[in-house]
Amino acid sequence: MTATENPESPAPEAEPGVPFTLNGSELTAKAGELLIDAAQRHGVHIPHFCYHPRMTPVGMCRMCLVEVDTGRGPALQPSCMLSVTPNMKVNTESEPTTRAQDGVLELLLINHPLDCPVCDKGGECPLQDNAYAFGPGESRFVEEKRHYEKPIPISDLVLLDRERCILCDRCTRFASEVAGDPLIHFIDRGAQTQVNTFPEHEFSSYFSGNTVQICPVGALTAQPYRFAARPWDLAEVESTSMVDSTGARVAVQSSQDRLVRIQGVDSDATNWGWLSDKERFAYEATDSTERLTQPLMRNDAGELVSTRWNGAIKRAVAALTDAADPRRIGVLGGARLTLESQYAWAKLLKGLGAVDNIDAQLGDGLPADIVLGLPRATIAEACEPGGVVVLLGADPKEELPTLYLRLRHAVQFDGVALIEMSPRATSFGDSVAARLNPLPGAVGHLAAALAEGMVGTSIGGIAPAQLSTAHRLLGSGRPVTVIVGRGNLAESPEIVVSALAALRRANPDVRFLSALRRGNVHGALEMGLTPGFLPGGQGLDVELPGWEMAPQSRGLDATGILKSAVNGTLDTLVLLGADPLEDFADGTLAAAAFERLGTVISVDTFMTASTSAADVILPAAMFGEADGTFMNLEGRLSPVRAKVTAPGQGRPDWMIATDMAAAAGGDLGFTTLHDVRAEIAARVPGFADIDWASDLGAEDGPLVRPLRTWTVSLSETAPIPPADDYGLRLVVDRKLWDNGTMVTESGSLRPLIGDAVLGLSPADFSRLGLSSGDDVDVTIAGGETHTVAAVSDNRLPVGAAHIPFALNSVRAQSFLSAGEPVIELRVRPS
Amino acid sequence: MATNAYVPHAAGYVDNEGVKIVSSRFGYEDSYTFERSLATGGYEALKKALRLPPAELAATVKDAVLLGRGGAGFPAGVKWGFMPPVWPRYLVVNGDESEPGTYKDRLLMERDPHQIIEGCIITCYALGLNTCFLYVRGEMPVAQERIAQALNDAYAAGFVGRNINGTDVSIDVVLHWGAGAYIVGEETALIESLEGNRGMPRLKPPFFPAAKGLYMKPTIVNNVETLANLPWIVTNGAEAYRRFGSEKSPGTRMLAISGHVKRPGVYEVEQGKVTFRDLFYGENYCGGIRDDNDLKMFIPGGGSAPWFFEEQLDLALEASEVGPAGSMLGSGALVVMDHTTDAVRACLRVVRFFARESCGKCTPCREGTSWEEKVLERILEGKGRAEDIDLLLEIGSSISPGNYPVAAHSEDGLAAVPFPPKQTTICPLGPSSVAPITSAIRRFRFEFEAKIPTVPAADVASESPVPAGSGS
Repeated sequence: MTATENPESPAPEAEPGVPFTLNGSELTAKAGELLIDAAQRHGVHIPHFCYHPRMTPVGMCRMCLVEVDTGRGPALQPSCMLSVTPNMKVNTESEPTTRAQDGVLELLLINHPLDCPVCDKGGECPLQDNAYAFGPGESRFVEEKRHYEKPIPISDLVLLDRERCILCDRCTRFASEVAGDPLIHFIDRGAQTQVNTFPEHEFSSYFSGNTVQICPVGALTAQPYRFAARPWDLAEVESTSMVDSTGARVAVQSSQDRLVRIQGVDSDATNWGWLSDKERFAYEATDSTERLTQPLMRNDAGELVSTRWNGAIKRAVAALTDAADPRRIGVLGGARLTLESQYAWAKLLKGLGAVDNIDAQLGDGLPADIVLGLPRATIAEACEPGGVVVLLGADPKEELPTLYLRLRHAVQFDGVALIEMSPRATSFGDSVAARLNPLPGAVGHLAAALAEGMVGTSIGGIAPAQLSTAHRLLGSGRPVTVIVGRGNLAESPEIVVSALAALRRANPDVRFLSALRRGNVHGALEMGLTPGFLPGGQGLDVELPGWEMAPQSRGLDATGILKSAVNGTLDTLVLLGADPLEDFADGTLAAAAFERLGTVISVDTFMTASTSAADVILPAAMFGEADGTFMNLEGRLSPVRAKVTAPGQGRPDWMIATDMAAAAGGDLGFTTLHDVRAEIAARVPGFADIDWASDLGAEDGPLVRPLRTWTVSLSETAPIPPADDYGLRLVVDRKLWDNGTMVTESGSLRPLIGDAVLGLSPADFSRLGLSSGDDVDVTIAGGETHTVAAVSDNRLPVGAAHIPFALNSVRAQSFLSAGEPVIELRVRPS
Repeated sequence: MATNAYVPHAAGYVDNEGVKIVSSRFGYEDSYTFERSLATGGYEALKKALRLPPAELAATVKDAVLLGRGGAGFPAGVKWGFMPPVWPRYLVVNGDESEPGTYKDRLLMERDPHQIIEGCIITCYALGLNTCFLYVRGEMPVAQERIAQALNDAYAAGFVGRNINGTDVSIDVVLHWGAGAYIVGEETALIESLEGNRGMPRLKPPFFPAAKGLYMKPTIVNNVETLANLPWIVTNGAEAYRRFGSEKSPGTRMLAISGHVKRPGVYEVEQGKVTFRDLFYGENYCGGIRDDNDLKMFIPGGGSAPWFFEEQLDLALEASEVGPAGSMLGSGALVVMDHTTDAVRACLRVVRFFARESCGKCTPCREGTSWEEKVLERILEGKGRAEDIDLLLEIGSSISPGNYPVAAHSEDGLAAVPFPPKQTTICPLGPSSVAPITSAIRRFRFEFEAKIPTVPAADVASESPVPAGSGS
């Protein structure tokens, strides 16, 4: 899809166009524009199979042959590989063109099985459509067709029917060129040419579902959708994925009031049509048997029993009003909610209840003033050809996979130089310009050394060549974007902030792109679900009309809330789609807090560990079941739309908030989504000019940028404890397939969750005399000992130990202590 | 040495006592050794070349009108001039000879590998580049062994590598063995293969190797025979070279003749001075059709070339004569078929080769060639239908639209359609499969018709035995 032109702004026709003739009409192409694109832009569709606007053209299906005369007489040329040149004469309807189209379609169909009635692609199949529109209408082929075993699984999620395959190279090109997972390829030759995997290597790619979407026939099918619906029975809305904070644009499709498929939608700003398999397949969770379908309350016997909304709301409101002091109330979560629900809950809690112990981040984020206040870059700005990107966070392939695809494209094709400052080498592999993987705790010093140009000697094992390359790139005058997240849950955010400060000193023009990963976390911070802020990053002292009260002082963050619960100064907890028992970094602290909490109110979609410990449970509508708005990591708004009805009595979160307000004798002042939006526009700086109806329908969605330039004071001093004799420092990060609810509740994805193993640098691994998979005893400084299987991990610097969060067999949560700058550990063979 | 004698240790080579530019050492049993090469003037041309400015060397080659011997016959000196001033740049030497009927490059590699290496180094020097990739077909183990040994010797003697022959010129030659695909003889597919990819052709434009070749850098791809001419040209000069052969096609060609002639083999022949008749019937050459049979047809330039017949025998072996007559000289492979040959079977044999060797990239070639093969097989099995003959031509025009090149047939008042064919594919492999079909059907349609049952094959129902007692 090409960018839609905004009729209000003058078209950027600065460059003179290329005049050419298309079917007798004098037209103009853009400089360098492919003929197939130029024709499409002028309303002439040239049929094709292998061409995909987001991939390198290969010109192999031969469907897009058209007759072109560049002055040497007319000749058939593939329009997907031909840039328009001045005065080119093109005929897409001439006899030679249509004869070639007839020929290609007849030839494509000779071996293609006509099993369309039982093919999932039937009805939305480019081969059917092109055969219908451009084909000869009959076949002269009377021989036996090609036969293969059908279908064969090429991964846990994707099946391949080689009989249907027309060998367009789309899936194979996607795998190697876009995803960087070249695990499927052509084998054999001639008419026996087929796509297949390499022996012993399945197509295990986080992006495998894209190959199914771009397959022009039914050769590739995805396990979750196979035989689930007929395309003509599908109803569809455009929406935004809430699986992570990239905000990939999606089409949500349902049949008989069930979500059956999610497809990527091409948005120039975000996902370019691609999705990770998590964004694509995690819709299965909406049908999970663990969904909450009715309000529950704990009875006198301590059992959870179903109740009516009235009773549950009343009980929840009573718990909150009984607390008397708002400082005894804590609220965790909110990143799952839409922007409108976030505003409603922020207004309920802060504007009516004066509660400020609210944190949408669960100890794995960054301070809100940093995220809201730093000069932001868009994804497109970060990926600007020739720019420099500093990666100060986790491997984006694991945490923000569609952002990873954009960055990978920028690095591979657009000359973007990547300076990797992650605690562990990322999936960019050898394509990084400079690899600086500091030991936990050292990233601030590292950044300071870059700022000061102290790059002559090795720092923490990082070679001077890498340091001087990074230093040179930062000062090269090329635009620099720092992508900042929490690359290591075992390292305090202050250390990350100190590195940010030093990088800004190294290059004052540096821009930032947040890599906080939780769904709508940026909306949550913007709407004030974070301590110390009202919506729009406004201070607690700002008086907002309609907000009856305001918190008196800055409240606690997630760690503070849980610690206060342990020491008894906080006894009521509201969970807005949060599961601290499983999802808070310090699992020991979360468990201790739940031991002492008085009342827990959970607004959730699933019966999670934390929800099942709650006293009042309010079932919410989830993704696909409620309308709203999403804010992605750029600050870009896009629509989230309802397609199916929530099961049972589940309701949109903002409605629950209005009911709570009413039950407390107050009034949030809105009864429709439209009202909420109008109030956000009126109360929140940056939203005044947003026209929800038209702006959110636009392809890319509007950006909300802070209206005022913030002066964010970044402290470069962070506590860096000296290495003690424990010797190893812990790195904890996330994998895409973890025990998060959306994965565990999606039947197709749950089997992909792996076992956690302890990674050690090859040097440390051999120093300990280990073999791969050996059990080791891990002793945390001042803590307990765990037995874990260990592997050698060449992505780690010497002196670091790595364990992924929330996988099977080992709970990395129990390795972490909230508030510690770094975690030291000792490893011995068991 | 006796006239037109087989040279026993050079299997297939026939010495016709003519001009020897590239086969001058073939008479020696140890022609492939470093010692023999040195003893017979080997590497003297290189020494001379290194004393000349590269531009002068390139000018000499252009002046010699050295035509490429890989098939297209494009002047090497002109091709060299297409390279933009961009470095790094590469020389790729195409030793992936696999056109049906062709085996002259194999002999050159087996019998005189040093001559090729010398030609490579001269070319690299003339083009100002320092890396040459020599790609040898996978199924040629003797050629591989001898090229490798020769390269080791040349490195040891300082004719390849750092500071060649004491100069400041340094050039490396990298050997690469093919994995057994015909299509890799096509230059862009060869480049893909060298890069470690599946050998599939690239579209030209935009991927003309001289501009965007190996690793997307300027690359000259030359055939081994082309480069084998260079030592002689450097030693004797362009003018001396142009004295041999014709004005448009100077020098000699190595021609590989196979099929129904009395003395098949590889002959070094002056270009343009010999007719097909001379070659097939001449006492210095093949000595006539076997058993003095009648000539039925011949392929003048490898399996990809449309067929010629008696009527074309007096054409000179010269691109400018063969092209307008409807075929090509291609890679110098001539296949002669006498009157005992079944045209349909011969047609299938060539089509099957292309069907099996299609790389699978372009739809028309991948699907069309195997369809052609199936129809031909069915006709030969006696299960043909009357419409199959035109269907074959129709499939052909989905791969190669328009009038396909064919030879004239005066008797029937049919004019020649000049070479080359048009194509709906990236490379000429698919269209090559149409050559035998068009040639055979145009000339021997009656042979196809004779194989098609005049009574439609009995349908299945009437063939089924009626069960005893049914209907009673």
